[in-house]
Amino acid sequence: MIDIIATFVKQAIIQGVPLLYGSTGEIITEKSGNLNLGIPGIMYIGGISSVIGAYFYESSGVELNPVLCVLIPLFCAFFGSMLMALIYSFLTITLRANQNVTGLALTTFGVGVGNFFGGSLSSLFGEGGSISLIRTGECFKATLPFADKLGLFGKTFLSFGFLAYLSIIIALVASWVLNHTRVGLNLRAVGENPATADAAGINVTRYKYLATCIGGGIAGLGGLYFIMDYIGGAWTNGGFGDRGWLAIALVIFALWKPKHSILGSILFGGLYIVYLYIPGLSRSSQEIFKMLPYVVTIVVLVIMSIRKRHENQPPASLGLSYFREER
Amino acid sequence: MAEKPVAIELKNITKHFGSVVANHQVCLKVHEGEILSILGENGSGKTTLMNMIAGIYYPDEGQIFVKGEEVSIRSPKDAFDLKIGMIHQHFKPVDVLSAAENIVLGLKEKGRYDLGRVTEEVRRISAKYNFEIDPTKKVYEMSVSEKQTIEIIKVLYRGAEVLILDEPTAVLTPQETQKLFAILRNMRDDGKAIIIITHKLNEVLSLADRVAVLRKGEYVDTIETAGANEAILAEMMVGKKVALNIARSEPKNTQDRLTVHSINCINREGVKVLNDISFTARAGEILGIAGIAGSGQRELLETIAGLQYINSGEIVYHDPKTGKDEDLCHKTPMQIRELGVRLSFVPEDRLGMGLVGNMDIVDNMMLRSYQKGHSMFLKRKDPRTLAQSIIEQLEVVTPSAATPVRRLSGGNVQKVLVGREIAASPTVIMAAYPARGLDINSSYTIYNLLSQQKENGVAVIFVGEDLDVLIELCDRILVLNSGRITGIVDARHVTKEEIGLLMTKTEESAANE
Repeated sequence: MIDIIATFVKQAIIQGVPLLYGSTGEIITEKSGNLNLGIPGIMYIGGISSVIGAYFYESSGVELNPVLCVLIPLFCAFFGSMLMALIYSFLTITLRANQNVTGLALTTFGVGVGNFFGGSLSSLFGEGGSISLIRTGECFKATLPFADKLGLFGKTFLSFGFLAYLSIIIALVASWVLNHTRVGLNLRAVGENPATADAAGINVTRYKYLATCIGGGIAGLGGLYFIMDYIGGAWTNGGFGDRGWLAIALVIFALWKPKHSILGSILFGGLYIVYLYIPGLSRSSQEIFKMLPYVVTIVVLVIMSIRKRHENQPPASLGLSYFREER
Repeated sequence: MAEKPVAIELKNITKHFGSVVANHQVCLKVHEGEILSILGENGSGKTTLMNMIAGIYYPDEGQIFVKGEEVSIRSPKDAFDLKIGMIHQHFKPVDVLSAAENIVLGLKEKGRYDLGRVTEEVRRISAKYNFEIDPTKKVYEMSVSEKQTIEIIKVLYRGAEVLILDEPTAVLTPQETQKLFAILRNMRDDGKAIIIITHKLNEVLSLADRVAVLRKGEYVDTIETAGANEAILAEMMVGKKVALNIARSEPKNTQDRLTVHSINCINREGVKVLNDISFTARAGEILGIAGIAGSGQRELLETIAGLQYINSGEIVYHDPKTGKDEDLCHKTPMQIRELGVRLSFVPEDRLGMGLVGNMDIVDNMMLRSYQKGHSMFLKRKDPRTLAQSIIEQLEVVTPSAATPVRRLSGGNVQKVLVGREIAASPTVIMAAYPARGLDINSSYTIYNLLSQQKENGVAVIFVGEDLDVLIELCDRILVLNSGRITGIVDARHVTKEEIGLLMTKTEESAANE
């Protein structure tokens, strides 16, 4: 029994990591007042960018260096998704396009681009049309060598690739920056009340651009983790599923606090796979269980709307463009 | 006061907004350790002038000297660097942050970000000038007066030596006002130069050392408050009467149409915006409403139209068709409109509550008549005829009736709005600032329309800001002052100074006379 629970917890954490990257990135973005619904597309791009980077490195014929095996996909994922966030920023901040429409368009675009390159790459692989970058995947999956020797604790909590720990570190750092630094204070002010921030001498445009792009880059690492660590270096079109939307739901569940989203991601990850651990479920009732994270999010939204605590509300100017002249 | 050094001097400052002159050749001096009050009616250019010192606007002509040196202030940051800080009228601290966080917002101080040290510094400033503030309290838990305190400390924290306050007492209770004044006096004694914009005469007299008066963008004079009284200031503020030649007929067959009995109204912030208001509007008469902006004009009209909840009192409508009395307090806005009470409310943004900017003239006509007819499809024929007749009769300049309203000029928008309300043959018309932002000719068209309606036996309620117009257009003028009626006067036998005094004086000063 205890073994089953331990495996479940481990699997929940594994499922939670991409969600944590996505939600941390989206929280940073939303704190600047930008509601980036392009996150699913951005995470998808993060995944395919890492595959492209890894493919060219693996097929370049040089002796593979494990450090480069990790760094190349990592940078590709980060900058590929950052580029997507830059498109979003340019459209919504500079051109003041509607944020919801832009975000949804970016999600559709990102999935399309991902599938296009996925398709082209698989035709390059030829044999069966599946892409597999096992050696890169192995580098990402590498765990602490002594983890297995530490019994149940080691197996459950120390047996992940480094990206899992990095996701928690990034969430903690984001939380610290938001609450304990000048930059964080200014960023929160921009998302709450850009006119006041502007009057106080804060460069609203710069804060919005940087927060959105960095947030996008972090979210893209979720795609990287999914492809390289969880799957182990194989790409299939559409394999990422609805994890991007789940990450956005997690932002609401975590009440816009990166610290909360660490535990939230594990809970969501657990709810996402709990149907595998309940025996005797039919195909259709499995789908009901897969909805649980969204149900939980709706419940949280209802409770928050009733309680109306100011700390738990979204940034006040979330989703609104800022025009200095319109004050 | 001659021995005190000059903190800021303005020489021949002129500022235009398009063709409107906001400030014309204004000269002004403020010394260190002095409170200077800037007095003037709405739209006399007080705030514009101060915004030029604070770096929000840049003057078209003229020079600004700070401590004897000519400076160019191009942004609020430049102003801060010169140790000038302004507390704006509509300040908005960030709700979810604490007082201390709001105060350091945007500052690039050296060293680590340490909220504890900031809190200490805020406490020190508070103790020095007697502010009552908890630096760790969140802004959303604060009263308006506490939020204002934050704004003042924010400016002091940045080391300001010159403080400009734009109508700081507009949002405060009398007790809070007294506290603020005590603090301002402390600061003056500390050697800071303070400029306070206000239109409340008693505040000027009790607080300021000197007062500079602006009238319609022109600088009138600066006098010492020691030798001034309310009558002198009111006359300086409103100026001599200007003849306008608006055609005004004697009221005929007047009868009571709308009686308001002691209504009280408290707004969401808990401020009493209407206090024991009673009056009667008569058919065949124009009742003017005068008052400083925000004295309760908007709330008064909205209560009559059924848009505002009133806490007590009643509004009785004497229906000329049935001869019955109807209580408007328990009717929906729709029912009130059906009775013939029409609100042509024109807030600052002009399109606000009356018209939908993106819809054309015909569709805007239908906003009032869409419920007529029984089929599920809209009938466009009647509204189209109405739109055409308004365009022809009121000479609305528009490419066609299908042009979106927001593309029309201000005067034409106003004509469409007033034309639509008049077309419904109302029994009461309420117009708030219908001529705001219009050129002379359009204004006269509107005034004449209202006069015609009066001759047709409609009870007209006209909220205006230009006293000359009110005196020439109306039959009686009701003066509002902070939610109270301070007088209902006969417009034919009243002077501008008398209305000016009623608009600005407070109860205490009224009791003293």
